Amino acid sequence: MPPLLEIKDLHTEFRTGAGIVRAVDGISYTVDPGETVAIVGESGSGKSVGALSVLRLIPDPPGRITQGQVLFDGRDLMALSEEEMRNVRGGDIGMVFQEPMTSLNPVLSIGRQITETIEQHRGHDVAAAQARAVELLGLVGIADAERRLKQYPHQLSGGMRQRIMIAIALACDPKLIIADEPTTALDVTIQAQILELMQNLTRRLGVALIIITHNLGVVARYAHRVNVMYAGRIVESGSAQALYHDPRHPYTMALLKSVPRLDRPRQARLDPIEGQPPDLTRLGEGCAFRPRCRFAIPHCAESKPPLMPAGAADQLAACFRSAELGSLADKVAGAAA
Amino acid sequence: MSASPTASPSEPLLQVRGLKMHFPVTEGMIARRHIGDVKAVDGVDFTIGRGETLGLVGESGCGKTTMGRCILRLEKPTAGEILYDGVDIANLGRRDLVALRRRIQVIFQDPYSSLNPRQKVGSIIAEPMKVHGVEPDAARRNERVRELLSLCGLNPNFADRYPHEMSGGQRQRVGIARALALNPEFIVCDEAVSALDVSIQAQIINLLEDLRDKFNLTYLFIAHDLSVVRHLCQRVAVMYLGRVVELAECDELFDNPLHPYTKALLAAVPVPDPSVEASRAFQPVQGEVPSPINPPPGCVFHPRCPLAVADCRRTRPELRELRPAHWVACSQVA
Repeated sequence: MPPLLEIKDLHTEFRTGAGIVRAVDGISYTVDPGETVAIVGESGSGKSVGALSVLRLIPDPPGRITQGQVLFDGRDLMALSEEEMRNVRGGDIGMVFQEPMTSLNPVLSIGRQITETIEQHRGHDVAAAQARAVELLGLVGIADAERRLKQYPHQLSGGMRQRIMIAIALACDPKLIIADEPTTALDVTIQAQILELMQNLTRRLGVALIIITHNLGVVARYAHRVNVMYAGRIVESGSAQALYHDPRHPYTMALLKSVPRLDRPRQARLDPIEGQPPDLTRLGEGCAFRPRCRFAIPHCAESKPPLMPAGAADQLAACFRSAELGSLADKVAGAAA
Repeated sequence: MSASPTASPSEPLLQVRGLKMHFPVTEGMIARRHIGDVKAVDGVDFTIGRGETLGLVGESGCGKTTMGRCILRLEKPTAGEILYDGVDIANLGRRDLVALRRRIQVIFQDPYSSLNPRQKVGSIIAEPMKVHGVEPDAARRNERVRELLSLCGLNPNFADRYPHEMSGGQRQRVGIARALALNPEFIVCDEAVSALDVSIQAQIINLLEDLRDKFNLTYLFIAHDLSVVRHLCQRVAVMYLGRVVELAECDELFDNPLHPYTKALLAAVPVPDPSVEASRAFQPVQGEVPSPINPPPGCVFHPRCPLAVADCRRTRPELRELRPAHWVACSQVA
């Protein structure tokens, strides 16, 4: 089965006063129909810009997609006209953003914001769109739909608003939903409700999901496959199982070690990643993680390591030393003990 | 066995008793009629021992930040006592408050908005010393700033930088250096690591631990991230809608949570391990936090509680010591 979405060597840069920021520096990945893929990374790693580039939502200027292909359902999104692209956004590809307060229009009723999407993309009349909106609210677990549709965003709680965002994303039976930090602004019990809802709906309706997050726990609970980003590149990709149990990039490894875990005994001390994230305007030649990497060798300064097979089947890591990483980590742990 | 939730294992530095902070809600533009109160904190008791770190966890709107602001006396509580080193600070006047703030400092959540963008880092850190007349000599003060910077893991030359020239983690270190400038004994950390990236978060947690050991600091660590709280705190209080629903030693709370809300909160945290997650049956708690203007009668958690019985709707459960030093406000657990 061909993948639903195939991203090939995508580059996005921003021209700023400080120089050119290569926010996305050649990423490639695929998403199969019905699959949940997580993009993990810290602020500035390019995870959001990468996803916005897929939808061509990069403000130009200062941003520009300089290179790459995005094949969605057989079409190259980069080659579409602006008009055709508008039909894809909110049609075949739904979006859920982080901040449900700012991504909903405060002066339009909830009902209008849902029916607008349906009328635009499906050409339904007002009554049909209204009926569909009621159905959608039921789908996302909002009771008393008729009354809710007349309300405005400020009358709803954060969790409710995010349910509305999901209803809008689902309105036109999309094949793919891109969710950018969908629960970061929410409390932990509400986060759990929203993520369960998204998982149940995408499974039931067969929708593929790209979930962008910095929360490693969310990834472990919901994703089939994971792409880890650092400084605009994918540094490791693979199944969630493989990546968590046998990480093959020092960054993934360090990231997993740096978080305190509720399911393990308390540690005496956390093991942080030392140093600061890199300045994207001066990345230079070598591996961007090199200054913070405890396994760096001179070769790492010479060229950027490409994604290479490592560990399990389907697992890829952009590290020259990924094959020996397991034994190296044991040595470091042994020396520390 | 301690006799009340305000008893603490060591010598108490801070005792909070029956604290209430209600904010009036008014209606009308000219004749502002009082139509109700937001009961942000509604009868809270706890104690923090000298050198201890107490975690205060809960979701947004549970009153944990208001609690911290009351202790800092950025708010004047509606009722109750805050005994700091034996003195009730809930009703102190302005002059006494200035003296108090040399001993109690705060680290804020957002390292972007809590530093003045037009002030150099050195001047930000020196500001508390100027305000309180510590180190009146400028050269000595600058020396102290450099010392504080290196104590917090920053290059002393950063004193000449502006906040925008620094990353989030570095800014948070500046915020910590500022909090330490007056040699306080007690620091309220209000979501001090929540805005930071995972890799930087661990650095700052380690720094907070090092400083605690070095200066025998006492922390009130307010946070919503349970795994961070578990790592850093000796005792933990769980708040819900203005009340403490459970209070216990850290390991006891995480190993044997008794209150249904604490259990729901713990279950909702996803663990970074796909195998653990796959093997775990998970049912998120239903519903949302009710409005603190009109909180439910009886137990505030009853509308979402799986154990609720008719009596929970009528009687407000008080904290009971169900196990040694483990306090729970629930009538349905034993």
